[in-house]
Amino acid sequence: MQTDNETLLLKGNEAIAHAAIRYGFDGFFGYPITPQSEILETLSLLRPWETTGMVVLQSESEVASINMIYAGGSSGKCVLTSSSSIGISLMQEVIPYMAICEIPGLIVSVQRGGPGLGTIQPSQSDYYQAVYGGGNGDYHVLVLAPSSVQESCDMVGLAKELMMKWRTPVMILSDGSIGQMMEKCVLPPYTPRRTDEEIRRECPWATNGLGLKGRKPNVSTSLELDQNLMEQRNHALQAKYMRIKQEEVRAEHYMTEDAELVIVAFGSAARVAMGTVDEMREHGHRIGLLRPITLWPFPDQDILTLASRVKQMVVVELNEGQMLRDVEWAARFRCPISFIGHCGGVTITPDEITHKVGALLSQG
Amino acid sequence: MQEEIIISGFGGQGVLSMGKILAYGGIMEGKEVTWMPSYGPEQRGGTANVTVILSDKRITSPVLNAYDTAIVLNQPSLDRFMPLLKPGGTLIYDPASILTPPTRTDINTYSIPAMSEAANMQNAKVFNMLLLGGLIHVRPIVTVENVVQGLHKTLPERHHHLIPMNEQAIRHGMEIITQEHKAEVK
Repeated sequence: MQTDNETLLLKGNEAIAHAAIRYGFDGFFGYPITPQSEILETLSLLRPWETTGMVVLQSESEVASINMIYAGGSSGKCVLTSSSSIGISLMQEVIPYMAICEIPGLIVSVQRGGPGLGTIQPSQSDYYQAVYGGGNGDYHVLVLAPSSVQESCDMVGLAKELMMKWRTPVMILSDGSIGQMMEKCVLPPYTPRRTDEEIRRECPWATNGLGLKGRKPNVSTSLELDQNLMEQRNHALQAKYMRIKQEEVRAEHYMTEDAELVIVAFGSAARVAMGTVDEMREHGHRIGLLRPITLWPFPDQDILTLASRVKQMVVVELNEGQMLRDVEWAARFRCPISFIGHCGGVTITPDEITHKVGALLSQG
Repeated sequence: MQEEIIISGFGGQGVLSMGKILAYGGIMEGKEVTWMPSYGPEQRGGTANVTVILSDKRITSPVLNAYDTAIVLNQPSLDRFMPLLKPGGTLIYDPASILTPPTRTDINTYSIPAMSEAANMQNAKVFNMLLLGGLIHVRPIVTVENVVQGLHKTLPERHHHLIPMNEQAIRHGMEIITQEHKAEVK
């Protein structure tokens, strides 16, 4: 097996499949749906069960997939699933179980246009679904938003680190354009899967039936009939979320230092907005881009600092303005904020953003 | 240098593969590349297209609304993408599948009889390699050697014995492309 880096031309979806094997994941459980089916297809083609021993299973439904992740993660294994919009809707029931039981697991969401079956074209209309969730209770999922094929690959490694460190479900929120687009991708060297002994040592909480001699059985449940105990568990969860907020916020600043106008965009929309920044900079306009890389925890402080300094902000999304709410909240009315977007699977081009941002600049 | 190319035709003509081989050729030259396909209903039995960008620097948007070069393999593709070419841009078409020839005078127009030539060669599968050869002859953005390297990367090993035939088709494509119109600069 190759132990070094390898450069390939890959789709974002394919990169995620390669990365899952190379970062030493133990299992993938998923069900096909456009535009993310290449993840399952690529894993099936690469046959990692013959090399690293990673399990790849096409489950009978998305509900089955997420329950397999729940079970795999409960036993201390590093596991992932992937789906698109409506498939992720089906998974919502189990995500809060994982959150309160503090079970690690990676969910890859490759968004398409909604609501409902919608279209199979790229969209970012599941920002609310990812960041605010459709499950019950006071929980969060750590959400990472890649804007390139390379980042889709790298974030699988980051997600693994974060989900094990914080014992929490992590979501990679991609979309149809990042998933279907091919770019140059440098794949990481292979990390061996953890041995049973390493899992015993690193996950003493796991319900894996291993090393039972001399310790009490681990119990993992979300059910707590005593409301006072349940409140305590909630407080412990919230305390963990506070630490995550302090330590794990990630954002990319692109030419924001001297900017008078800052675009805020994530994922594929940020990529397009970056084209606008380059073009308008060439014409002497002082504009920049803030790209949240973690959508939860959200870069509130970065937004507030910029909002206190710039003349205006523009949020660009492939939806009707979902992250916009978070930007408005974080900016505390320190500057005017406009919105540019498309929804339902319609994408945006740099020219359109440039045109609209140009109009906003001339209004002053 | 940044070259923004759209390749558009019917599903099954090898449009997406041609783009992929071109993109791999770009990687072999040390360039940044993006390959953005149409993956919707078009791909499932209608027109299919792919946007390929090759650049010396980081590529921002993979979707565009203006192109440097268009290869159009049917009338709907010509109608849709000719207006989106930048002035001075390049249009390549196969006359066998075009009813109304291109009309813009501010672009460079080339024709390449790839479909009939593939039929002459009794190998319909080299159609897209003839076109690719034509493209890199008039827009030398990648070398033939690097495209062949791209073929090695793209094709599964069991098909590697077909590479010499494809290389031959690429070189033949370079010979049979002819300029129909030179861009009139205003």
